[in-house]
Amino acid sequence: MNFTSVHMFSDVPLSWYLLLSAALFALGVVGFLIKRNLITVFMSIELMLNGVNLSFVTFAHQWHAVKGQIFVFFVMMVAAAEAAVGLAIIIAVFRARSTLAVDRIDLMKL
Amino acid sequence: MHLVLFLIFAGFCLAGAINLLIQRHPITSALSLIVVMTSLAVLYLLLGAEFLAAAQVIVYAGAIMVLFTFVVMLLNAGREERTLGSRAAIVLGFPAVVVILALVATIILHAQGLGTAALREGITSTQDLSTVLFTNLLLPFEVTSVLILVAILGAVALARRGDGERTEGQ
Amino acid sequence: MNEPVLFLPFIPLLPFFGFLINGLLGRRLPKALVSFVALAFPCASFLLVLHVAYLAWSGSLPLPWSEPNAPAWISAGAVHVSFGSVIDQLSLVMLLIVTGVGFLIHIYSVGYMHEEPGYWRYFAYLNLFLFFMTVLVQAGNVLLMFVGWEGVGLASYLLIGFWYQKPSAVSAGMKAFVVNRIGDFGFLIGIFLILANFGTLTFSEIAARLAANPAWTGGVLTAIALCLLVGATGKSAQLPLYVWLPDAMEGPTPVSALIHAATMVTAGVYMIARTHFLFDRSPFALAVVAIIGAATAFFAATIGLVQTDIKRVLAYSTVSQLGYMFLGCGVAAYSAAIFHLMTHAFFKALLFLAAGSVIHAMGGEQDMRKMGGLRTRVPITFWSMTMAVLAISGFPFMSAFFSKDAILAAAFAAGGLGKVLWFVGLVTAALTAFYMFRLWYLTFFGELRDHNTHPHESPWVMLGPLVILAMLSVIGGWIGMGHFGAYLAPSVGVRPEGRTGGLEYLLTALAVGAGALGWYIAHRMYHSPTTADGLAPATPPGYKLLAGKYYVDEIYTYLIVKPLLMISKFFLEWVVDFAILGGAAWLLGGIATLFGAILQRWQSGNLRSYAAWLAVGAAAILLFFLIPYTLGASGFDIWARGR
Repeated sequence: MNFTSVHMFSDVPLSWYLLLSAALFALGVVGFLIKRNLITVFMSIELMLNGVNLSFVTFAHQWHAVKGQIFVFFVMMVAAAEAAVGLAIIIAVFRARSTLAVDRIDLMKL
Repeated sequence: MHLVLFLIFAGFCLAGAINLLIQRHPITSALSLIVVMTSLAVLYLLLGAEFLAAAQVIVYAGAIMVLFTFVVMLLNAGREERTLGSRAAIVLGFPAVVVILALVATIILHAQGLGTAALREGITSTQDLSTVLFTNLLLPFEVTSVLILVAILGAVALARRGDGERTEGQ
Repeated sequence: MNEPVLFLPFIPLLPFFGFLINGLLGRRLPKALVSFVALAFPCASFLLVLHVAYLAWSGSLPLPWSEPNAPAWISAGAVHVSFGSVIDQLSLVMLLIVTGVGFLIHIYSVGYMHEEPGYWRYFAYLNLFLFFMTVLVQAGNVLLMFVGWEGVGLASYLLIGFWYQKPSAVSAGMKAFVVNRIGDFGFLIGIFLILANFGTLTFSEIAARLAANPAWTGGVLTAIALCLLVGATGKSAQLPLYVWLPDAMEGPTPVSALIHAATMVTAGVYMIARTHFLFDRSPFALAVVAIIGAATAFFAATIGLVQTDIKRVLAYSTVSQLGYMFLGCGVAAYSAAIFHLMTHAFFKALLFLAAGSVIHAMGGEQDMRKMGGLRTRVPITFWSMTMAVLAISGFPFMSAFFSKDAILAAAFAAGGLGKVLWFVGLVTAALTAFYMFRLWYLTFFGELRDHNTHPHESPWVMLGPLVILAMLSVIGGWIGMGHFGAYLAPSVGVRPEGRTGGLEYLLTALAVGAGALGWYIAHRMYHSPTTADGLAPATPPGYKLLAGKYYVDEIYTYLIVKPLLMISKFFLEWVVDFAILGGAAWLLGGIATLFGAILQRWQSGNLRSYAAWLAVGAAAILLFFLIPYTLGASGFDIWARGR
């Protein structure tokens, strides 16, 4: 990375996009770990997906590959489906346990 | 120009993400996430993905996040409670995240051959996209449609009130 | 010179075939066929031995003769053991005794065991015994002899416990086997020592190696000899391992005759004679042999004085006579010992068979106090037994007169200790005559004390062997010690000389006098018609000790058997069952439970900890794949593999 040539009209190195993508992903993981509301945890997952989408688009730009962007398209579709089903599950869990606290939903064990 | 835009909207992304983590109420977290989504849409535009930028706004910010917001309001999710907590999450999770981030960052920083985000020939038109999508990748496209159908059915089935919960007309 | 065709392996193998046929098929065969098989194979074996003997005596067969091209058994490094037989004077004499007397007893058994349900089993075992005994006698090396040694122990166990529904018979069989085993342990140690010091187990090679080192005496050779002696003590029922022989009378009487009188118990004597070249090099071991022999002879004779069971008297008599044979070996008069072995085979087998005839006549009764007056009722049995009783008492010119006298003379000539032992032997001869005549009077004279039985003479199939053995008991010694010793000398060495003519006659007269004294006392005490047991009221304290067999069995039980059982029980129950097996099971279960408990904490159901572990896993995978890249990161072009 070469900082000396950066000024208002220069191009943005693609590595910055990738770094942003990695940061978004990491923040998503952190959110997944520390958040206590089930819905917020789910939102962190969406954040992770978006970070990954950004990196796909970056590489698609690098190689002029349309398939990269199409992959992002599919990711979006799947994320949509997943959000729908996941939220339905959250609603069902809430109806059963009357709580959205992650730590209280702990029946998935031996 | 490009740089300024990038800096502004990358900043918005990060701010929104960090705000998502900081906020206690899910609704504010959801709103932060919407900020992140829209900023990302701008970044996609900067990278020449027109269609994706539009799709991002329409699908993600406009549909998925709205769904999230609806669910938050439906379930009346309040502030986060102090719950039992998990020491494992903090003790194990944080170092793991740090490791992942550090690794990936190191690789990215040392990578060579990465170009810049100049838009000289970088704009991908919707026509280019659809040409590939509806010819080479037609099967995955159709399968995705089926997937969405299945998701709809699943969501309806899961979120429906069960037989034992007759709240209307007792 | 033409190699004579000897069919040596068939001498043992023929009885073995008899064992197989009767053992596997006998249950379904008619009794006549079983009898035929049981008699034909030993007869064929005996004829083969006669053939070999004829060849040897006519000079066509040079002795000692080893079988050429015997198949090798073990060939490992420097150790070579073959299945070879060896025929020399000693083995020839033994083979004749074993197969000849054995065949006679087979014939007798056909009559004696006729009503038995296990008829086929009996003859199968008897043929098996004959197989192993011939292997023992014919073996050219120590290991093969040991095979026969163990095998006759097995056959003895099987036959003692023949009536296996009787608990006393079963325990007697086990006692015989276990006590034999103790002796065999000593024998095994001896074999190991021989192998270690000589590098070979073949008799001829050991003898050759010893002959090449004339100065090699004592030391390890004493150790070897003593170990072998332990084995012989067990098998030949000497002190302290004699306790099994009286109990072995639980078996059928022909078994007692064949195994516990004529053949198996003499295996110990044979073994000492066969390895005489080892014993000759150790005066200490020979002294031990002689002392054990004389002591046993005296000891057993004293017990035999007061026994009431006719077979027990004969059993202790056997132990006593075997003591004489050991005495003979101990003074290096091996040929005298073998001579006595031969005559003993004749008269002791006769005694047992005649006793069996008496028991048969009395309908199974063995207690002499219930007998009496059988002289007129079973005359042939009476006369045969009379011959045997006279023989064993040393009546002049009968068989044992020559052999026992030879042993006593050799003992007397063997120095200071020898004279002491000679005296013991002399006293024992008096005791022997006493208890044998006591038996004779109680059984055949006076009034029949048990009025419920109707004694009748046995069938000729039983009486025939009696008559033959009686004749042998009379004439069996006429070959004379001089010729016998000269004949056996190539195989067992020459008896040490040292007796003059006059001394010899004096010793002989003393021996005969001792026998006459014994007869006279017995005559005075038992010949009156109403005497039941004359010795009993006279000396109560001594009587109880003798009748209780010196309580040796009880001593063994409390000193050895009970502690062993307790230790074994403790070991089995606590160490093995509880500690080892229980511990292993507990350990395995404990490990599984422990791991389960640990791993169970992992599945807490807590979403966030699952997420944390997911992150850790992802980090680990990334590390695994990307560390090499990051370490050599500068200059690494991740685009090198293009699209």
